[in-house]
Amino acid sequence: MPVTDAIPQGLPIVTVKNVIKQFGRFAALRGVTAEFDGGRFHAILGDNGAGKTTLLRALAGLAQPTQGTISIFGKDPEAACRDIGYMAHPSLLYDEMSGMENLRYFAGLYGIAGDGRCEEVIRAVGLDPELARAVGQYSQGMRQRMSLARAILHDPRILLLDEPFSNVDVNSAREMVGLLRGMRDAGKTIFVVTHQALLLEGVADEFVWMQAGQIVDRTASIARAGVP
Amino acid sequence: MSLWSVTFATLRKDIRLEWRSKDALNSMLFFSLLVVVIFVFSFDPLAEESRHIVGGLVWIGFLFASMMALNQTWARELRNQVLDAYRVSPAPANALFLAKALGNFIFVSVLEALMTPLFVIFYNLRVLGPAWQLIPVAVLGTWALVVNGTFFAAMSLRTRSREIMLPLLLFPISIPAVIAMVAATTAILTGEDSAHFYIVLLLTYDVVFTTACLALFETILHAE
Repeated sequence: MPVTDAIPQGLPIVTVKNVIKQFGRFAALRGVTAEFDGGRFHAILGDNGAGKTTLLRALAGLAQPTQGTISIFGKDPEAACRDIGYMAHPSLLYDEMSGMENLRYFAGLYGIAGDGRCEEVIRAVGLDPELARAVGQYSQGMRQRMSLARAILHDPRILLLDEPFSNVDVNSAREMVGLLRGMRDAGKTIFVVTHQALLLEGVADEFVWMQAGQIVDRTASIARAGVP
Repeated sequence: MSLWSVTFATLRKDIRLEWRSKDALNSMLFFSLLVVVIFVFSFDPLAEESRHIVGGLVWIGFLFASMMALNQTWARELRNQVLDAYRVSPAPANALFLAKALGNFIFVSVLEALMTPLFVIFYNLRVLGPAWQLIPVAVLGTWALVVNGTFFAAMSLRTRSREIMLPLLLFPISIPAVIAMVAATTAILTGEDSAHFYIVLLLTYDVVFTTACLALFETILHAE
């Protein structure tokens, strides 16, 4: 997989300053402040409602902070959209079209001409570009892989992945983790929101723990001091 | 990656999806057929009477039928949250709006092309005025319906009962266009009046609302 402008490890590329995100009277994020280094694998963990997905959507530019700022490579998330690949819990794919047809359309949105890059990313996630079946008829694991292929289509420097292993069998999930490890090793910065933290043990460089809309801890291993 | 390349790529994708599902076309056709059949059985107009009332019947039928296509337009983008994939891309927001409006224009035009012969047969229609003027009336009238319809359908996307919200928002704002469409069609069918004023009115309406929709769509797309 080609790597463009790989980021030197250890430099903060994502800066989140005092971000508050409210939905009506409910605050999903309550003053999140953090810096994230480039070229690293960040696993974002926490219970349901901790604010993980909201933080990821804010980083992707899909949720505007009610207060505070987010900077990616010194720019707003919207301005940095070419550097960001986003994979949500739903597939973000048209069920009635094949994987190749989907990717061809999304490639057009990024000005990527020809089928070469689409075929390359479909193969990279372990699927067959010739598969004519509609995405709606894929298994959950195949759909997740195709969704990842869509997210990496424009070769972004940052990957934001929300629950990429949910409803996926253990073997497929391990294969996806291997794929993500390879991307991190190739210089990508990866953020993964997951409830299956054990899959990322020994792979993620950092575990970011969220609770009630705040980052409460950042650890190098899955074990947290004082938490059983 | 220009506005038009993304517009046509999105339009192509929408036509492909509609061709495979036929959701919008089937429901619009069924609804329009119902309108024709119900009114034919409700009263039996003479040719002279038909010319005076059919302009209203046709356009009201098409207006209600187009609701089906307009609701479908964005429903497709909500399944699997595909709209988010567009929102995180650098593609211009207006390309999405133009593609959706053009797609709806094509779908409603196909419906009109299929249903007009039925109206002619069932209502014994013979045009007494300049028949060629029906073409600009149909084109401008259809665009007036779909451009606002596409915009308000996007606006009602995140509301709880969007199927109800769309007609509530669209119908009041479409009144000037619908009056112009009906009056122009009646004037052409009866040959008693000139449709020129109404055609200019429709053209002005289209220019004003297309400009307004394009100016506001990006805000609507990125609203939460």
